Amino acid sequence: MPFNLLLAIALTYVAALFLIAFLADRRAQRGQGRWLSSPLVYTLSLSVYCTAWTFYGAVGYAARSGLEYLTIYLGPTLVFAGWWLILRKLVRVGRTQRITSIADLISSRYGKSTLLGVMVTLLAVLGTTPYIALQLQSVALSLGVFALPGTTGWVAADPTATGLWVAAGLAAFTILFGTRNLDANERHPGVVMAIAVEAVVKLVALIALGIFVVWGIGGGVSQTLARIDAAAHPGWELAGGRWAGLTFTSAAAILCLPRMFQVMVVENADEAHLAIAGWAFPLYLMLISLFVLPIAAMGLERLPDGANPDLFVLTLPLAEGQGALATLAFLGGFSSATSMVIVAAIALSTMVSNHIVMPLYLARRPAGATMSGDVRAAVLRARRLSIAGVLLLGYLYYRMSGGSEALASIGLISFVGVAQVLPALMGGLFWRGATRTGAAAGLGIGFAVWVYALFLPSFGPEGLISAGVLADGPAGLHWLRPQALFGIVGLDPVIHALVWSMLLNIGVFCVVSLASFPSPLERLQGAQMVNVFERTLGARGWSHGSAEAEDLLTMAQRILGPSEARALFAEEARAQGKADGLPDTTPEFLGRLERKLSGSVGAATAHAMVAQITGSAAVQVEDLLRVADEAQQIMEYSSRLEAQSDELRRTAKALRESNAKLTAISAQKDAFLSQISHELRTPMTSIRAFSEILRDHGLTAVERERYAGIVHDEAIRLTRLLDDLLDLSVLENAQVSLNLAEVRLVDLIDRAVDAASAVPGATRVEVRRDRDAEAVSLVTDADRLTQVFINLIGNAYKYCDAASPVLSVEVVADAETIRVDVIDNGPGIPPGARDIVFEKFSRLGEPGAAGGAGLGLAICREIAHRLGGRIVYLPEREGGAFRLTLPRGLGLADAAE
Amino acid sequence: MSAGEMPAAETPAAETPAGERRALFLERGSYRRRRLMDAARILPVAGAILLILPLLWHSGSAENGPGPAADAIYVFAVWILLIAGAAILSRFLTVPRAEPPRGREP
Repeated sequence: MPFNLLLAIALTYVAALFLIAFLADRRAQRGQGRWLSSPLVYTLSLSVYCTAWTFYGAVGYAARSGLEYLTIYLGPTLVFAGWWLILRKLVRVGRTQRITSIADLISSRYGKSTLLGVMVTLLAVLGTTPYIALQLQSVALSLGVFALPGTTGWVAADPTATGLWVAAGLAAFTILFGTRNLDANERHPGVVMAIAVEAVVKLVALIALGIFVVWGIGGGVSQTLARIDAAAHPGWELAGGRWAGLTFTSAAAILCLPRMFQVMVVENADEAHLAIAGWAFPLYLMLISLFVLPIAAMGLERLPDGANPDLFVLTLPLAEGQGALATLAFLGGFSSATSMVIVAAIALSTMVSNHIVMPLYLARRPAGATMSGDVRAAVLRARRLSIAGVLLLGYLYYRMSGGSEALASIGLISFVGVAQVLPALMGGLFWRGATRTGAAAGLGIGFAVWVYALFLPSFGPEGLISAGVLADGPAGLHWLRPQALFGIVGLDPVIHALVWSMLLNIGVFCVVSLASFPSPLERLQGAQMVNVFERTLGARGWSHGSAEAEDLLTMAQRILGPSEARALFAEEARAQGKADGLPDTTPEFLGRLERKLSGSVGAATAHAMVAQITGSAAVQVEDLLRVADEAQQIMEYSSRLEAQSDELRRTAKALRESNAKLTAISAQKDAFLSQISHELRTPMTSIRAFSEILRDHGLTAVERERYAGIVHDEAIRLTRLLDDLLDLSVLENAQVSLNLAEVRLVDLIDRAVDAASAVPGATRVEVRRDRDAEAVSLVTDADRLTQVFINLIGNAYKYCDAASPVLSVEVVADAETIRVDVIDNGPGIPPGARDIVFEKFSRLGEPGAAGGAGLGLAICREIAHRLGGRIVYLPEREGGAFRLTLPRGLGLADAAE
Repeated sequence: MSAGEMPAAETPAAETPAGERRALFLERGSYRRRRLMDAARILPVAGAILLILPLLWHSGSAENGPGPAADAIYVFAVWILLIAGAAILSRFLTVPRAEPPRGREP
């Protein structure tokens, strides 16, 4: 088998894979090719589980340890046969929550925790890097097998260069098909198709080799079985601990491996495919492992002692002269290695970019700023860099480890590492009480134990842990020996690390979960995932309104791409019953958009981005509470404003009223000025006229007396008018001095009625009084109070124009106050005038009709005020009614001031 | 995870119309379906137990019990049984249900 021919075949094969991936991608983009997402392709893509470790390593493993290699496939078989139990839920959760990776799932479940996302990502990177190195090594080794001794090709000279070339080629393929589109559902039809084809190649290669071994050179089934029994040597016995422990580990690994999560959950197009894969994938695994033991037995028998059993798959057909078969086997091994590296790189790059790079990128941006950069480009760049980084790491590890270890041990170490995610994963799916703190603590301690007890010692005694520490523990602490923790000696190192890491992981996870209290978002997410089959809808609640559809569309375009984003928004608008335009940012829509975006950038990042646009409203319950607080403050503020504006309104009304009053008063005053000049002028005119007549002689005595009487009367009238004005002025300026004495009300009213009887019309009014009620005493100024009564009674005499006028004086007295109502049965005061009736110069009816100057009630009010009481008009009574309220003695201090 | 830790997963609230009384006894079709779900949960447990058995054969000394070829035949036989069981169960479990199952099984 010429080496150059093999190289040409390998390159042709790679080119074919590129073509297949390209065609599948194109068909998927055009919406054709439903077979691309068939249960068969799904099942075959799961075969990414079978890496070069399986292809080459299983035979080596079987040659060394007999049946034990089966544990690596029995674990996944049990998990898949029991798909109804765990996988169904895992896939449902992954699909409904648009989970992009195992780190995303853990992070989402525990309240979109960035910390957990980072932890799982680091664990995955650490656990997968050696595995990628292993694949590179297998390709380099297998090429080395074909390089004939003495050939001076670059392969034989420098296997690490082969590793570099393979790594670079894989990086190119992965970047090309793995980050081609940043699809919302994060599927890669081209990659999946290529992997399905590779799955067929490796299965066909192993089975062809197996058939050749059993029937071609082995002489049938029974002879093969006999050969297996003959090949058994010490080391082939079934060790109970390892058998059960490794089965458990591989079962855990198939659930937790990032690449398995990628093909099993993320690339899953239809949940029904899982039901098929539930039996078809175990069948695939069984067929893959079926001929491993015969090949190992045959290799042990035919190949010289010291031949590397990890390469029996290649060396056996070569030794038998079957070049074509060996080439097929090489392609199978190449397929196993490349498919694993591609999927692992995609899965890891998703995790690294979503949980480490993007959060850093977003955090570096000023908070609250609008999306100014092209996030879509940033995400793609982060993915591509992550892929290159992951492969570079794998290559460096390969260089560092020198490609010396047995293949299987790296695989197992990696398995135990990723199995640390299992408690957090299962707890997250089935136990609502699992908390973020518990998951982080369990994961942390399991991770630490794994690194200390298994990962570091795996570099050998001269590696990262010195032989001294391995033998005696760090600083002489014997019980902390990496491979004999707490003094437990004699366990297989892998099982030792598995038992301790899982026990501590699960224990700490449970205890801390029980003791801690989850955040509200965590509880929400936990309920959604644990009860995923109860279809909790939209519990992720975005508060309505603050998000702007336009901003969201802009952001979505940058992440999903313009056409997808617009299609999504248009679809949503249609669903909301809008013919065109943008959809309303309902909570349901925001939740859906967030899930869609999380397909591209991960749940936590998507959440942060939507939150950035929606102003963080209602995301975390703390935020909700803060929003509620603010709303409360706003409500209080607005109610305060309302109160203020009420007050302003009242003030304005009062001002308007007082303005109207002032205007009315001003008009009255004008009227009064002309009135008073008239009033003053009229008596003055008569006085002047009659005094001129008196000055002329020749009047009779009678005439003189009469004229003198008129002059006297007019002078009195003038005096009275001026007295009234003076009185009022004095009262208003509080210059009055009161003569306080204890008096009886009845005496005062008697005096007032007598005095008022001089008023014209007094005789026709019937006065009704209750003298018993009036027989109360009070301390007041008798003259002033009498003046008030005179005014009130006189007004009634003047203005009551009823047919039979009646004036009643009603007195009600209690311990502190006396109330006197003076009521007539006349027309009363019209509503419009009630406000100004107590003002100066106000007089109803035509001027001069009743002969007053309009000062009476103003004087009454001032007197009542000075006496510590008040006088009001009673609009609700029939006729004109005034109520005078007076203190029986309390007003004294006030009055005497 | 044992089967007992998945309570209520198969009695989705959405499939039980609100206000409808939960049936205590199921009609025959739903009852069958329930037992199939039980079987699907038991299958991996049974498989695990069967796969542990070879350890018991060799629990004495290394020379005891059958040779590796017989062990392999046994393991592969169990494997095929598991595949067949899973295939049969998934075939029945993925048949679209004629009538949504109601109620919680006591």
